[in-house]
Amino acid sequence: MGRANRPVSGRQAWWLLATALAASAPLAQQVPLWLSLAAACAFAWRAALTWRQWHLPPRWLLVLLVMAGTVGVFLQYRTIMGRTPGISLLVVFLALKLLELRAARDAVATALLCYFLVLGQFLFTQTIATALLAGITVLITTASLLAASDDRPQPQQQLRRATLMLAQAMPFMLLLFVLFPRVQGPLWGLPQDRFSAVSGLSDTMAPGTIARLSQSDAIAFRVRFQGAIPAQSQLYWRGPVMPAFDGRSWRVAQTQGAYPTVPYAGSGTPVDYEVTLEPHGKFWLFALEMPATLPADSALTVDYQPIARQAVRNRLRYTQSAWPEAIAGEKESPAVLRAALALPEAGNPRTRAIGAAWRAQHGDDGAAILAAAEKLFNQQLLIYTLNPPLLGADMVDEFLFDTKRGFCEHFAAAFVFSLRSAGVPARVVAGYQGGEVNPVDGYLEVRQYDAHAWAEAWIAGRGWVRIDPTAISAPSRINSNLAAAIPAGEGLPFLARAAWLKDLRYRLDAVTNGWNQWVLGYNPQRQRDLLASLGMSAPDWRSMTAVLSVLCGAVMLGLTAWILRNRLRVDPALAAWRRFTRRLAKRGIAWQSWEGPQAFAERAAAQAPLHAVGIREIAALYARLRYGPAPQGSDLEQLKRRIAAFKP
Amino acid sequence: MLAVLRHRMHETFVRWALRVRPPEPAPIVLTQRRVYVLPTRAGLAYATALGVILLGAMNYNLSLGHALVFLLAGLGVVTILHTFRNLALLEIRPGRCEPVFVGDVARFALVLKSQRPDARTSLRLFVNADAPLEIDVGPHASTLATLGVATTKRGWLPMPRATIETTWPLGLVRAWSYAVPDFNCLVYPAPAATAPPLPWGGEAARGSTRDGRGADDFSGLRKHQVADAPRHVAWKAVARQQDGPLLTKLFSGASAQQIWLDWNTLPDAITCEQRLAILARWMLDADAAGLAWGLRLPALQLAPDNGPEQLAAGLRALALYQDGKG
Repeated sequence: MGRANRPVSGRQAWWLLATALAASAPLAQQVPLWLSLAAACAFAWRAALTWRQWHLPPRWLLVLLVMAGTVGVFLQYRTIMGRTPGISLLVVFLALKLLELRAARDAVATALLCYFLVLGQFLFTQTIATALLAGITVLITTASLLAASDDRPQPQQQLRRATLMLAQAMPFMLLLFVLFPRVQGPLWGLPQDRFSAVSGLSDTMAPGTIARLSQSDAIAFRVRFQGAIPAQSQLYWRGPVMPAFDGRSWRVAQTQGAYPTVPYAGSGTPVDYEVTLEPHGKFWLFALEMPATLPADSALTVDYQPIARQAVRNRLRYTQSAWPEAIAGEKESPAVLRAALALPEAGNPRTRAIGAAWRAQHGDDGAAILAAAEKLFNQQLLIYTLNPPLLGADMVDEFLFDTKRGFCEHFAAAFVFSLRSAGVPARVVAGYQGGEVNPVDGYLEVRQYDAHAWAEAWIAGRGWVRIDPTAISAPSRINSNLAAAIPAGEGLPFLARAAWLKDLRYRLDAVTNGWNQWVLGYNPQRQRDLLASLGMSAPDWRSMTAVLSVLCGAVMLGLTAWILRNRLRVDPALAAWRRFTRRLAKRGIAWQSWEGPQAFAERAAAQAPLHAVGIREIAALYARLRYGPAPQGSDLEQLKRRIAAFKP
Repeated sequence: MLAVLRHRMHETFVRWALRVRPPEPAPIVLTQRRVYVLPTRAGLAYATALGVILLGAMNYNLSLGHALVFLLAGLGVVTILHTFRNLALLEIRPGRCEPVFVGDVARFALVLKSQRPDARTSLRLFVNADAPLEIDVGPHASTLATLGVATTKRGWLPMPRATIETTWPLGLVRAWSYAVPDFNCLVYPAPAATAPPLPWGGEAARGSTRDGRGADDFSGLRKHQVADAPRHVAWKAVARQQDGPLLTKLFSGASAQQIWLDWNTLPDAITCEQRLAILARWMLDADAAGLAWGLRLPALQLAPDNGPEQLAAGLRALALYQDGKG
């Protein structure tokens, strides 16, 4: 049938151009610059084709351009698979499809390409703004499909109809979103570039690594506590544990097996909480010290660091609890202790000498050596700063005795080094410390600038003991936050300081958190929880599908009834006339449908001579209303009055 | 072979789909039960694209990707309803159909009536899918759609099955229905290209003034024309009315020329259809010449007369002539 081959009209071409622009403009930052420019040229060419009614470019030229675009993308990325190359290819296809709008089916193909590009945007960002932008793109695309079917209505009419149709589609979207059985991705391997640009802790710590994070106010994770929020100074979020030291940087240990459950006994009241972790592309999870339970699909390394089975590539939500007073590692394995004592062959002679002196003085008494180390840090009057001077080869010595200025990684490294040189097993723990409670939604927000490093020492009989050397020199860092501990004037993220913006920021964060929790974080787990809380017992895909079908059917029925409502609006004059004839019919004077009003009036007047005048007047009024030129509203009122007053 | 099977299956479907034995009495209302909906090729492409987007959204755990798919799926469902609504409950009535000669195109005028408060847009009506008519029907309005059908045979031509379809608004689904109204076109035999000259019979005539009108008996008045003789002006009638137009008296009588077109005067060697063709040609020629003519068929006779009614009656007799019965 001919309809798929109808040529594309000028108006349709403009619509499609607008659609392509709306779909590809948000991706301009993601695709290479040359491609953005080339696409802009193609769009301009399309506009000229429509404006000047030029002939479409020949097919061989388009084939050539597609090949050139593909080769260009390949040269740029050395592959055409993956996220950005794939999107770039789609942009190439879309731009060139616009240059060969021959028939109606090309219009449909263009619209479908635009839908794919909308999905492409979501690969990069899924914020509320992106969603709104995508909504506008879908609206324009729908209007453009409408125009492809019938291009006569004005643009605003098309947009109005598209809005109406999308509004009618909304109930289906909501139902499907909530009830469509979710599958946890990935279904197949993810391209490696999916998380190329996320910030967070890394598995090594050298001077400066954590200080760099302090420049970022990005959310690392959000926590909701079941009960009261513990004191700020207790909020140590345990991350990667780093026992290995090579003289300059600290690293996490090679995996040596893991505990499936927590290996130490609990003590004190557990703290229950739920973490919503932003994706960071690494395996570790953050847990309040010391972890009492493990989230699903995770384990505890030998140094009590919870790790997930898969790298955290999506926003992850898990519930956990903590024993703040647990004694961990009372009977530690010799291998772990050996690793916690290892020092490089040489370097930092001054610290080593002090360590040896402590050893000589206190012997095996770890607690005493610990107290001596704390005393040393106290005496040295170390300064906590974001801008420490550069350190040379003996960085611990230089920090402790020469520059005396450092960030938390300097403190932790120096402290662990001094303990090890005195023969006390110790290691660096990285993670986050503190967080801010958002008063709007009550979540504790932990940001990248809360990143921290502290030390852990093993004391016989007490297991692993947390010591935060930073707290010795800058207690306000631990008791309030970073902004309080850093001298004014040092560079901090604007939001970390500006108190007058806090309220606005809290609100924005609460909205973002709600969006993250309920829209972006709506995964199989949350779906099951929600449906169970709504009263579905054991929601699985079968019951979800059943409920979904029933509800969709109900919406469909409602929409059908609304859409097919056949408002047969009867002419009010005719309705009044029918009332009149019904009254006469009771008197035995039936109106025949083929009878004109005047003829009927004459017949009725003959049969009911008493009412002849009234009947004739009514008939004349009715005839004028129905058949006369330009009916008058006052006539209708008069007709209604006369008929109401007519009593045969 | 496959094409034949497909055609036969289609015909079976249509017979079932019509739900009434054709032809149907007017008005034909396209009730919900007889409007069918299936996706178009574009609709299938749309569904496939949605599937791919859903897979992508699942793989990358894109919640907004899910939302996009679900919104578009909802849009697909909504467009089914809109397309269906665009066609459902439309009324089709037969309108006028002027008789035509064999070989001409019979024009069936159908009246499409909508009782909706909003317009029906982009309906396609066709007998033959290659030449669809694009029609809109306004709110509470009717539209005339004229379907052309080629003619090959004289007599009554019933209107073939008409298909009415629409893919509005998004072109993703097609709603369609069939209608076979009780609607016939009278097809006259084609006039012969070459025919014997008009049969001037024995009653050929005295001189006549104009167009079969004689001068003997007064038969009426008409508006005066410049060429009318002044002696025929109805002065009395003109005087009776104030500043009315001049009127001319008309007369009729045997003075008009009169011929008989007789089936039996044609040679025996000529077949029935050829005879009808020749008679049709004669009628047209006689009518063009303004002659009064009569027709004699084996079982039917038309008294001599002229004018459009006479021509229509004569041609109708020829069209419906049945060999042996007339």
